[in-house]
Amino acid sequence: MAGLSLKGISKGFGATPVLGSIDLDIHDGEFLALVGPSGCGKSTLLRIIAGLERQDQGSVSIGNAAVDHLRPHERKVAMVFQNYALYPHMTVFQNMALPLTMSRLNLLERLPLLGLLSSRKRAVMKKIDEQVQAVAAQLQIQPFGTRRPGQLSGGQRQRVALGRAMVRDPDVFLMDEPLSNLDAKLRVHMRAELAELHARLGVTMIYVTHDQIEAMTMANRLAVMDQGAILQLGTPTEVYERPASIVVAQFIGSPGINLLPARVATADAILLFGETLPAQLGLPANEEITLGVRPEAVRLVPLPGDWRIPCKFKRRENLGSESILHFALRDVPATTVLCKIANEEASAWAVQPGSPVSLAVAATDCHFFDQKGWRVDPVRTGTASLAKADVPRTTAGVVA
Amino acid sequence: MSAISVPHEPAPYRGRTPRKSTNWVEAAGGIGFAMPALVLLLLTNLLPLLVLAFLSFTNYELGDTDFQFVGSKHFSAALRDPVIRRSLGNTFLYVAIVVPVGVLLSMLIAILVHGRKRSRGFYEVVYFLPVTTTLIAMATMWQFLLHPQIGPINGVIEALGFARIPFLSDPTLVIPTLAAIGVWQLIGFNMVLFLAGLTAIPRDLYEAADIDGASHPVDRFMKVTWPLLGPTTMFVTVTTFITAFKIFDTVAVMTRGGPMNSSITLLYAVYLEGFQYFHLSYAATLTLIFLAFTLVFSGFQTFFLDRRVHY
Repeated sequence: MAGLSLKGISKGFGATPVLGSIDLDIHDGEFLALVGPSGCGKSTLLRIIAGLERQDQGSVSIGNAAVDHLRPHERKVAMVFQNYALYPHMTVFQNMALPLTMSRLNLLERLPLLGLLSSRKRAVMKKIDEQVQAVAAQLQIQPFGTRRPGQLSGGQRQRVALGRAMVRDPDVFLMDEPLSNLDAKLRVHMRAELAELHARLGVTMIYVTHDQIEAMTMANRLAVMDQGAILQLGTPTEVYERPASIVVAQFIGSPGINLLPARVATADAILLFGETLPAQLGLPANEEITLGVRPEAVRLVPLPGDWRIPCKFKRRENLGSESILHFALRDVPATTVLCKIANEEASAWAVQPGSPVSLAVAATDCHFFDQKGWRVDPVRTGTASLAKADVPRTTAGVVA
Repeated sequence: MSAISVPHEPAPYRGRTPRKSTNWVEAAGGIGFAMPALVLLLLTNLLPLLVLAFLSFTNYELGDTDFQFVGSKHFSAALRDPVIRRSLGNTFLYVAIVVPVGVLLSMLIAILVHGRKRSRGFYEVVYFLPVTTTLIAMATMWQFLLHPQIGPINGVIEALGFARIPFLSDPTLVIPTLAAIGVWQLIGFNMVLFLAGLTAIPRDLYEAADIDGASHPVDRFMKVTWPLLGPTTMFVTVTTFITAFKIFDTVAVMTRGGPMNSSITLLYAVYLEGFQYFHLSYAATLTLIFLAFTLVFSGFQTFFLDRRVHY
C-alpha cells in the first residue's frame, strides 16, 4: 500500500492539449474519485498513472518513488476497465490467475507444452490456485469459476475483473468507470460493495467516473475535472457545500444547481430581480455575477429575512418520496428554477401551473460566482429586510 | 449473449376468422419468399450434383447415345489407378504446404502490417496486388521467372555461386514450387482477413495484458492475439484449404501435370479424364471423390473447430 503523487502532469494528443499541468497528492489508503464530464481528461490521467499512456511532462510517484520509467505491471497498480477487459477464452479462474502466472513463471514455463516439463511450474501453479480461490471466495465468484466471461452476467464479470485486480495485491487500484455498463439497480448495489471492499482492503483507490453520485457516495475525496484541469479537490461535503466554480456547482448535486443572474450594486449590496440585498463580495460595482442556489435550498414558504425569487409555477415531478417543482423566472422565462421538497409539502402546496409565485432562499444558502465563473465568498451577507440580523459568515476569501 | 425477454403468450384469439387461415397465409408467404433462392440452389447446385452422382455409376462417355449401369466399378478402378493415387498424393502435399504456410505467414504479415501507422496502406496494397491479378497470366510470368536458362531467379542463384535449379522439371521440386506460387497468390487475401480480425480485438485487452504483466510480444500473442484471432484463423484455414485443394490453373498452364505426372493434381486429373479423354462417367466419379474430401473437411470445421474458436 502506498500513496501516490502527481507533479505537473501534462499531456496532449497532437496539437490538442488534454491535460495541463496536474498536481495531485493521494494519501495512502484513500478513495479518490476523478469526476468530470466526458472528455475532461480524467481517463487519460488514470492511464498515465497506470503507465498505459506516457505524459509529456511531469512525474508520477507511487509510495514516494518515481515510476515514470516503469512499465504498467512493474508499477504495482491494478486496473479495472470499463468493459472489464476479461480474456474471453479463459475461465474466470484463469483470468484471475493470469497476473500471478505472469509474474511468477518465466517465459519458457509459460509456453503451453514446454511448461509441462517444469516441476517448479506445478508447485507455483498450486500456490497461485490457492490465492485465486481465496479471492474468489471473498467476492463470491467461486460457483462460476470454471465458466468463461461470455457466460456471465455484467455484474459477475465486474466481480471477476475486480478479482483479477485483487489477486495481485496492488499498491494502488485504478478503476475506469467500472460501473457504467451495469443497470441502475446493480450499480447501486456494486457501489455499496466497492465502498465496503475499500474499507476492508484499506488500499489506495483512484476511481474515474462521470457520475457525480458514484463519486459522492464512495469517495473520501473528489477531484472535479474539466478541460484538462482539476477545478476542485475536496471531500464530497466540501465540494457540495462550497463549489469552487460554476462548473463544479453544476456538476455536483442532483438535480443541478439553479443559476440566477444578479449584479453588484454597491460595495455591500447586490441587485437581484430589482431588489437590493445586502452582500459584501469585494467586487466592483455593476459587475454581473451569478447566484447559485441548490434546488433543495429553495423554499416555497419564505421565512423572515429570506431572499425572494419571483417565478411562475410550471409543473411538478413526483419522485415518490419527494418532488421536483419546475418554475420559470418571471424576468427571464427561459431560465428554469428547480425546487426539491418533501412530497407532503409539495402536495400541501396547492398552486395551479401558470400562477406567479415568489420563491425564497436563505442568504446563507446562496453561492456567488464572478464573471469568470469562480466562487466568491461574501465577506458577509444580510437578510432581505436589511440590518435586522446580519449573519456573519466564515470568511475564507476567494477560492481560485 | 444478452437475454431476450420472452413476450407474453398472446391473448386467445376471439375473432371470426379461424386461426388456421392466417397461419396458412403466413406459411405461403414464407415459402414464396424462400422459393427463388431454393429454386436457384436446386438448379445450380443440387441437381448437377445428383446428375454427377448418377453419372458416376454409369459407363457414359461424351457423345454416347446409350449407357449402362456399372455399379461401383469406377470407384474401385479409381482407387487402383496409379495416376489417381499420384494425383491425390500430390494434392495432399500441395495442401500440406499451402495451408500452414499460407495461414501462418499471412497472420504474421498482418500483425506486422497492423503495427505500421503511416506505411500500412502501402504494405496492404503491395501484399494484396497478387490477389487482383489473374493466376493464369501470373503463371506465365512465374514460368519465365523460374526458367532454368533465361529466368532471373536462376540468374540470381547462379550469381550467388550455386547451380541452377530446374524448379518446374525436377519431380521433387515441382509441387513445392507450385505451392510457393499458391502461397504468393493467397497471402494478400488472407492478410486482409487477418487485418480485419486484428482490428476487431478490443484495445483494452492489450492494456489489461500490459497491466497483468503480459507485455512481452510472445505473451501478448499467446494470451490475446492468437486466441482472439481464433474465428478469423478458422475461416482463413477453411478458405485456404478449399482454394488449395482446388489447385488447377498453375498446373494446367505451367506443367500440365508433368514431368511424368509428378505435378498432376486431383482436379487436373478430372480435367484430363473428362475433357481430354472424354471419360465423363469416370471424371464424375473422381469429382465425387474430390467433393467427399471437401465434405469431410467442412464437417471437421463445423463440428469440431467451430466450437473451439467462439467463446
